[in-house]
Amino acid sequence: MRRFFRRKSSREVARDRLKILLISDRVNCSPEMMEMIKLDIAKVISKYMKIDSANMEIQINTKGKGSRGKTPTLYANIPILDLHK
Amino acid sequence: MSNPEVIVVTSGKGGVGKTTTTANVGTGLAKLGKKVCLIDTDIGLRNLDVVMGLENRIVYNLVDVVDGNCRVKQALIRDKRNPGLYLMPSAQTKDKSAVSPGQMIKVIEHLKEQFDYVLLDCPAGIEQGFQNAIAGADRALVVTTPEVSAIRDADRIIGLLEANGFKQIDLLINRLRTDMVKRGDMMSASDVVDILAIPLIGIVPDDESVVISTNQGEPLVGNDSPAGRAYANVVRRVLGEEVPFLNFERGISFWTRVTGIFHKV
Repeated sequence: MRRFFRRKSSREVARDRLKILLISDRVNCSPEMMEMIKLDIAKVISKYMKIDSANMEIQINTKGKGSRGKTPTLYANIPILDLHK
Repeated sequence: MSNPEVIVVTSGKGGVGKTTTTANVGTGLAKLGKKVCLIDTDIGLRNLDVVMGLENRIVYNLVDVVDGNCRVKQALIRDKRNPGLYLMPSAQTKDKSAVSPGQMIKVIEHLKEQFDYVLLDCPAGIEQGFQNAIAGADRALVVTTPEVSAIRDADRIIGLLEANGFKQIDLLINRLRTDMVKRGDMMSASDVVDILAIPLIGIVPDDESVVISTNQGEPLVGNDSPAGRAYANVVRRVLGEEVPFLNFERGISFWTRVTGIFHKV
């Protein structure tokens, strides 16, 4: 029973903290710059379709095994309200 | 010499075992008959001479060579035991700006004519000392311990090495404690490799004999201690041999069992 409710071991805590820490370290991109990229993307897409810019999200991922040496990729999640403006 | 290799031993964070690793890998290579030169690039905080037990033989140092106060050969100290092993000590009184990357490259080019391996002990940090140490190197050995801060710094260093065009970067995990890994209180070697994603060249267990060997100024590579055996394996991997990793889970408990028996007898 205790196994099911046990707290995360400090080993797991360290691993999880590092994974998150290194993503932002590696990308080296400030939150301000991310916000500016987001606004610019919204502006461009808005020329062609109606989007829900309040609920759009962007993030930079370094996917792939180990993630080192892989090209970081920008993911944008943009809800479209109307395809034909 | 045909194709000498210049290897920088670096870590970002201080105190993880760069100097110990430089001393042991260099000594191990020399024991296998290679001509090896160790360079301490930590200007102002030299330590490699002490770990090698050669601190009383220093006359000239790296800064003297660069300033033209002596020839390269005059600054090289021959090791006490291994005929093919030499140390170029760092200056204790100057600071890191006393040497430039261009000057380091020149010194290393000169040393490459006489040695099979040139090992550079890099200072902690990512400032000029680091830039000096990596300037003439074509291969890197990144040392880390299984701790969040050391791994974070190692990741930063690996990024900088890649940006500087390093093609061969290997990872050495130092001071692993298998008992803590088993309890779930320390990241395992595979956790660290997973996160840093570079090839693993060695796992050195946390071992009292490292402290003892540093006290005595005699590298322990090749002796019958867990760290001594681990470093011997690192040396063979540096030479390109495929050496299976010691299973520390079994290795250490077996070792304690054996010594336990001897203590009883």
